[in-house]
Amino acid sequence: MSQPTASAPLVSGIKNSSRVVAVLGRLAALAAVYAFFAFLTPGSKGFMSDANTQLMLQDIAVVAMAAIGMTIIIIAGGIDLSAGSSIALAMITTAYVLNLGPADAKLVLAHPTLLPLLAVGAAIAVSVLIGFINGALVTWLRIVPFIITLGTMQMARGLAKLVANEQNIYPPEAVQDLWIARLLDPSKTVLTWPFLPVAVWLVIGAAILTALFLRYTRLGRHIFALGSNEKTAVLCGVPVNRTKILVYMIGGLFSGLAGVLFFARLGSIGQPTEAIGYELFVIAAAVIGGASLLGGRGTILGTMIGALIITILRNGGVKMGWPQYTQEIVMGAVIIIAVAIDNLRTARKS
Amino acid sequence: MSDTQLKSATILTVRGLTKSFGATQALKGVDLTLAPGEVLALIGENGAGKSTLMKVLSGAHSADSGEMTLDGAPYRPSGPLHARGLGVCMIYQELALATHLSAMENILLGIEPTWGPFMNWRETRAVARRALDEVGLSGLDPAAIVGALSIAEQQLVEIARAVAVGCKVLVLDEPTSSLTQKDVQALFALVRRLRAKGVAIVYISHALEEIEALCDRFTVMRDGETVGQGKVGDVAVSRIIAMMVGREVADLYPRSPRLASDPILEIRALAGQKFPKSAGFVLRRGEVIGIAGLIGSGRTETLRALFGLDPVSSGEIRIHGKPTKPAGPGVRWAQGLGLVSEDRKTEGLAQNLSIAENLTLSKLEGLGPWRFVRPSLQNAAAEPWIKAFPIKCQDGGQPVEALSGGNQQKVAIARLLHHDCDVLLLDEPTRGIDVGSKAQIYAWIDKLALGDPSTGKAPKAVLVVSSYLPELLGICDRIAVMSRGVLGEAKPVASWTEHSLMLAATGQDQRV
Repeated sequence: MSQPTASAPLVSGIKNSSRVVAVLGRLAALAAVYAFFAFLTPGSKGFMSDANTQLMLQDIAVVAMAAIGMTIIIIAGGIDLSAGSSIALAMITTAYVLNLGPADAKLVLAHPTLLPLLAVGAAIAVSVLIGFINGALVTWLRIVPFIITLGTMQMARGLAKLVANEQNIYPPEAVQDLWIARLLDPSKTVLTWPFLPVAVWLVIGAAILTALFLRYTRLGRHIFALGSNEKTAVLCGVPVNRTKILVYMIGGLFSGLAGVLFFARLGSIGQPTEAIGYELFVIAAAVIGGASLLGGRGTILGTMIGALIITILRNGGVKMGWPQYTQEIVMGAVIIIAVAIDNLRTARKS
Repeated sequence: MSDTQLKSATILTVRGLTKSFGATQALKGVDLTLAPGEVLALIGENGAGKSTLMKVLSGAHSADSGEMTLDGAPYRPSGPLHARGLGVCMIYQELALATHLSAMENILLGIEPTWGPFMNWRETRAVARRALDEVGLSGLDPAAIVGALSIAEQQLVEIARAVAVGCKVLVLDEPTSSLTQKDVQALFALVRRLRAKGVAIVYISHALEEIEALCDRFTVMRDGETVGQGKVGDVAVSRIIAMMVGREVADLYPRSPRLASDPILEIRALAGQKFPKSAGFVLRRGEVIGIAGLIGSGRTETLRALFGLDPVSSGEIRIHGKPTKPAGPGVRWAQGLGLVSEDRKTEGLAQNLSIAENLTLSKLEGLGPWRFVRPSLQNAAAEPWIKAFPIKCQDGGQPVEALSGGNQQKVAIARLLHHDCDVLLLDEPTRGIDVGSKAQIYAWIDKLALGDPSTGKAPKAVLVVSSYLPELLGICDRIAVMSRGVLGEAKPVASWTEHSLMLAATGQDQRV
């Protein structure tokens, strides 16, 4: 795949220069938020400490992974409120598979390589299935995605609790030493290869591939057209129903991957009541990144910056010793301000 | 008329009005006078500044410089409500009604009669009743929900809102663009009644026939300036068009001698779920067929059923002589058909996507290896059409929403050219666009139907649905008329007149 030459105008609704301004603006906001916390909580136990940086990287990986999928769905003019529940269900599925077998002879002890792979496969399969159900119901029942995914959000959560028997799932201790538990292993970060936890590299890779997919494939362009104006897409012969279902399945895929990361993040435990309300962070990341809930607009790069801002705010608030309510108020305000600035910028142009 | 008389006979004057938006100067100096009891036509191409002028008049924008007087006093409205209070009312093309509310609530919105904090419903109903009677809706219950009314009735409700506040200056922006011929006549009668009562009316329209029929004087705007005015009837239409576009338009409707060859699209007894009831024609290469008829007679539905956007319940479709089953738009594009929607805003174009994106959407094949799409190739594919049409824009990366209506329409048509469709189905291809763009679109239709042997371009077949009869009579080889879901025989254009088309459209011809 070749890169577009600098002189060629980009074909994505927004023009070159304003895209650059948009990205720079978001980076500036990111830097400001980072500097704010770095300045106010200095020292070895502060915001900039290695321990905290590692912690943030772990959180970022989960939010960013899920946000990639959410961005695609939002660009297509949809929304996925079931993302948080899908993450929990994928996490539970991972833990469940790793915990298979009788109490004294867990399967994972006999198949330390195969079973984690199966676990990840099962987690992804389950969340892609949730995505398929979302997409299929949206297209077949012609009900808005907000309602459909509001329903599947509850159902996936219930399913996670059912599979987990309403308890936490604790796979054997030995899992802690397997690759699946070490996806977010912070011990090797910063100055030794691979510098960042493996999962962070996975997220970066997935983000790049998705950005290329959206810009350089027919399906990617169809997703933008679908979100911008569904009727036009129908008129132009875009297979709209198929595209929609695929979009929700891709969204499910990323929720599933995020669920596996969440499993590792929690120290290889499956908690069916975790990640409640997580979809709101994920949606916020995409929206701060410039995605429009009306569809047709959004970028993966923007979403990644949005995910960083969201995570830094959550983490920084804790480091500042802010009470929960202050964190929530600040988070809400930042989301509104970010979108308001974006609107002002685009309004001034037209 | 002496100066003093002129002064007393003037209700609104505008002198040297200017208005800029950022770097764009929308109004560069506008002069206008308006007398009570006259209908002034305001004409000009899209982007000439008519809408901006109207927004300044109605208080939605404030002018940068220049002065306005109303009834001899300086007129500086602080907002639409203020302007309305002073008696200056706007009826926009896109109606501004709360569709879930009743007619009377709409008519008195913002000026509701009350008892303390409570609505005075009896008074509301009485005021609304009088206003509705005045606009000719005496049969309408003031409590009727506006969303359930026809477009024509909704428009009258909006005019009733102006009447209810005793408006002195009424501005109508393209009021007939979505009305049937019958409703247009009713609207004209109303405008004449209001004129007789001394209301000054500004009538904005692209349809010069309407202006000739209704208006007393005209003012032409171009590039933010008033470039000419006069009495309707004193100035030839061709001269008015020349003022609008700034050059002489030699022949608005070119129709080269062309030869229809093999049938390319045949339909027989096509019926949809409600409309059409029965539609049939044979469209040949090198031929332009027009479909006339009233709005709501099933013309659009015929195209939509044919193109797979609406279900087909029965009938036969042959493309290139081969029978084909009802199928979706994807299949129709692949068979060489292309459709331009009557509604470019909500269906025809993805407004926030770029020109190149819209233009290539139906055919991304070949713009990259396998299932990939290269943006640079997308732009390269759009570029020749942007140049050839020409589409006025910065480049192919510009979002469609930034273009004028005429240029947007050219993008919608260029999509079919990029796709290299054999059959072009054009639904109201020139509705609401400026004369300059119309002329370019007519020239393209002629060019496509003629083909170009020198480049090996085979002639295309074109089907045009239009409510604008002069255009159908001007560009088509044959015209068929749709009436109540039934499409009549396509007869040579020479056998039709506007009058006979109208009779056929209303079903009057069969009664004789």
